Amino acid sequence: MLLELVDVEVAYGAVTALRGVRLTVDNGEIVTLLGANGAGKTTTLRTISGLLRPRAGQVLLDGEPLSKIPAHQLIRRGVAHSPEGRRIFPAMSVRENLLMGAFHDRKHVAEDLERVFALFPRLKERVSQAGGTLSGGEQQMLAIGRAIMSRPRLLLLDEPSMGLAPLVVQTIFEVIAQINATGVAVLLVEQNAAQALKIANRGYVLETGQVVLEGPAGELLADDRVRQAYLGEDVGPPESPAAPPVQVGEKIL
Amino acid sequence: MTTTATHPSPAPPTPSGSGLPPSIGKWLTEALFGRAGLRMLAVCLGLGVLSAIVTGPGSTADEPFDGIRRSVIDPRIVTFLLLGVALWVVVRVTPLVWPILVRGFEPARAQVTELSRQRYSPIGLNLALLAFAILIPLALGAPARQSLVNDIAIYALLALGLNVVIGYAGMLDLGYIAFFAIGAYATAYFTSEKAINVHSPVILNPFFVFPIAFVLAAIAGVILGGPTLRLRGDYLAIVTLGFGEIIQLIANNSEFTNGPRGAFGVPHLSIHVFGFHYEWGQDPLPYYYLLLGLIVITMIAFGQLERSRIGRAWAAIREDEIAAEATGVPTLRLKLLAFAIGASVSGFAGVMYASKQFFNPQTFSLQASFLVVTLVIFGGMGSRLGVVVGTVILQGLAFVLRDLVPATDRLIYFGAVVIIMMIFRPQGVIPSRRRKREIKLSEAGIGGADSLGAAPTAAGSQT
Amino acid sequence: MDFVHQFWQLTVDGLMSGSLYAVIALGYTLVYGVLQLINFAHSEVFMLGAFGGLFAARGLMDGGDTPSGLASVGIVAVGLGVGAMVGALAAFTLERVAYRPLRRRGAPRLAFLISAIGASLFAVNLAGKEFGRNNVSMPEPFTNGEVFKIFGASVNTKTLVIFVVAAAMLLILDTLVARTRLGQSIRAVAQDSDTAVMMGVNVDRVIVLTFIIGGLLAGAGGFLYAMTFTASFTMGFIPGVKAFTAAVLGGIGNVRGAMLGGVLLGLIESYGGYIFQASYKNVIAFLVLVLILMIRPQGLLGERLGRAA
Repeated sequence: MLLELVDVEVAYGAVTALRGVRLTVDNGEIVTLLGANGAGKTTTLRTISGLLRPRAGQVLLDGEPLSKIPAHQLIRRGVAHSPEGRRIFPAMSVRENLLMGAFHDRKHVAEDLERVFALFPRLKERVSQAGGTLSGGEQQMLAIGRAIMSRPRLLLLDEPSMGLAPLVVQTIFEVIAQINATGVAVLLVEQNAAQALKIANRGYVLETGQVVLEGPAGELLADDRVRQAYLGEDVGPPESPAAPPVQVGEKIL
Repeated sequence: MTTTATHPSPAPPTPSGSGLPPSIGKWLTEALFGRAGLRMLAVCLGLGVLSAIVTGPGSTADEPFDGIRRSVIDPRIVTFLLLGVALWVVVRVTPLVWPILVRGFEPARAQVTELSRQRYSPIGLNLALLAFAILIPLALGAPARQSLVNDIAIYALLALGLNVVIGYAGMLDLGYIAFFAIGAYATAYFTSEKAINVHSPVILNPFFVFPIAFVLAAIAGVILGGPTLRLRGDYLAIVTLGFGEIIQLIANNSEFTNGPRGAFGVPHLSIHVFGFHYEWGQDPLPYYYLLLGLIVITMIAFGQLERSRIGRAWAAIREDEIAAEATGVPTLRLKLLAFAIGASVSGFAGVMYASKQFFNPQTFSLQASFLVVTLVIFGGMGSRLGVVVGTVILQGLAFVLRDLVPATDRLIYFGAVVIIMMIFRPQGVIPSRRRKREIKLSEAGIGGADSLGAAPTAAGSQT
Repeated sequence: MDFVHQFWQLTVDGLMSGSLYAVIALGYTLVYGVLQLINFAHSEVFMLGAFGGLFAARGLMDGGDTPSGLASVGIVAVGLGVGAMVGALAAFTLERVAYRPLRRRGAPRLAFLISAIGASLFAVNLAGKEFGRNNVSMPEPFTNGEVFKIFGASVNTKTLVIFVVAAAMLLILDTLVARTRLGQSIRAVAQDSDTAVMMGVNVDRVIVLTFIIGGLLAGAGGFLYAMTFTASFTMGFIPGVKAFTAAVLGGIGNVRGAMLGGVLLGLIESYGGYIFQASYKNVIAFLVLVLILMIRPQGLLGERLGRAA
């Protein structure tokens, strides 16, 4: 197993943000993490990246716990993170931003730059423009491009479609699929559940810090609760608004 | 030092039963002589040598390292090195035996927790403290009484004022003594014809200068704070720092202020009402009681302020300035208010000081401002009782140790106290409950504890 | 007008002190860039570096005659080197003791300012105790004659040495920040430290190195300062406030801003000090600081470390 979260619990002071999250990502998979605002999706990614430390439980990479590894060394282990809000270095040029992605290892820089420009020709046109002056879509392309500059095995993507025009979203998702096709596993956090489930192999649904649903993408897409809550579809009267939540870890699909 | 101190190696599994498992020796060896352990030993020995130097003889620029050499060669270095070793053992072993200690102390701890939960009657405690404060000078000799007024009571009043700025509004004022100087020079100007080179057309009783100084200092505060507070909070610190220096510079160079010679002959405080006459004279005691009265009044008034709408608004600004702003708290005005209140208390204390004794520009040095900051931090920012008790402890200690530690060297220790407090107990010795909680939460990533914006990133530091 | 006569001389003097302010200002600006904090103890790094350089140079000269030629160059080089090393060591220790434990804990910003004040208090007074509380002046490392005249203003050896050394340091630093890998990581941390971590930047290391670079500059600057004026345990304070003003004037966090701000402040002060009263010269920097905060708080070139490159 490439990545495994075992009963991970994360807290901000007295506020618990994740409660016993179990999650796996295998080599070459696209796994999506769905959920409403504040469900703990970004917290999960930041925990995997080592920016937050779990209070209990473990994050395993290739079966090895990450608790002793400083956050900045994670990229050497093949984990790249394209953060929420893109977080482009605003005063650096597009090229410099991409070079930051290859900060830890610059052996293949020229080759990788070409690869990114092939995926996002738009970035090539803007190569010396300051990152902060790009449009939202371009910034997202840059964020993804920067992340794959490190030749990751696992790519963490946090809301790549946020605030973008539908056409751009389309492009982004196509590129994600292309990247995945080269063998990179992707853990995709999304609000846009329909799009995400279309390209994903499997998915998890997070609610108030717990995994409440998990399963193959196709089945999640067909699940009434998912369709109602995250796809905005009307699927008739809900069974009961106060239906007992599915227990953590319980296989429901 | 920090890695090991704040992140001790993982605690061993709690020993089962009463007997210690045989592996305890291995743990000990690992804890003491592992890499982290040996590093800690080096740090502790370094601290020992540093303490030897700090407490050892001084020197001059002609033989700059003579003091250090003599401190290190002197046999007493052994004591310091042993202390370093002791510190090392304590720091490394405590985390190992902590679970056992905790178990041993459990009953006692429970009682203490219980006690601190109880709503004990603060009135009783406060009255006892007050009684102590009233009676204590009677047990002291003349120099101690003098120090009680000059070093403790005045500074307690100053610390209470600065506490409004640091503790309530969460800002840093490093030129605090400048307002004290404004109060003192205003007193000289208004009460005497010859204390300094200028005097007001009407000579007043010092008591009438209190409101004047209060207002003058507040105005100076607003003029200084107004443009600065609009910006990041930490700019206030450096602007006040510069202001403090300029006030001293003017006091030193201006012919109006008598320059470096300072002000002589400011009249003592006196009351002449309805045939009643009383004059505060050379005896420190009457001044002490007057100051004590002022301190008590200030503490009560600030207590009310803390619990008022304004106090809650300050808390809101500290915890989340943007949210406070969004809910309609006029943040800029309230920060300015805190700054001005602090300034006026300082001005007020300046009148007191000037009418008690001679002063010159040296009185208002930067170091004096830093001293007040130290007192507030040590006592507990935001805690009225804390800053007063903190002042009594630190300044009292300085007085008791006056023969061992020359006055000029005191600030070395005060500097060390400030750093140590910030590392280990930022909430102070007697913390305000609210401040303590804020600091804790803010360190966990929730909200803030000052009005200077987000904390410098902690991400990426290896945990 | 006398001022017109003096103009070029004042310019030369202003450039000299301005280049010193710029060197010190870089320490503030770099640390501000990576931590968004004013390092209040930076002035003490400067002071300790000054003493280090002064004692080293004095040790070499042994109170004899003013040396000349290669000996002078050697003494200045050793003084600069020792000053820079002492500054770097002081800055490193400062970061370890007064900053890192708080950073680990995620302490509020106020705590950092306060612990820096504590460190400053400690360093100043310890220096006062060990090195005495009087002004110490350094024996001349070279004969301070006039080298050349420019528009009637005489430029002497000392001015020239200070100006050239400062300019060289500024140039090296600018290249370092703009072109090297360390510079790249400093800029990344300054712009977004969380993301920098994700890119594999060791933020702790970058912060320490930033302190060390600032310390090297301040220490060397301290030696140059001690060579011109005098050294004393409180010497750091005024140049510290001025350098900070220079940093804000140029745009704090901006490397070239600090250089520009330093030179401008030196000039303003030099002209102003002549027009007004010399004893109030130190007030000028403060007025500039307050004015710039009121009119253009982001400084002349704007804030942000990355923009310099």
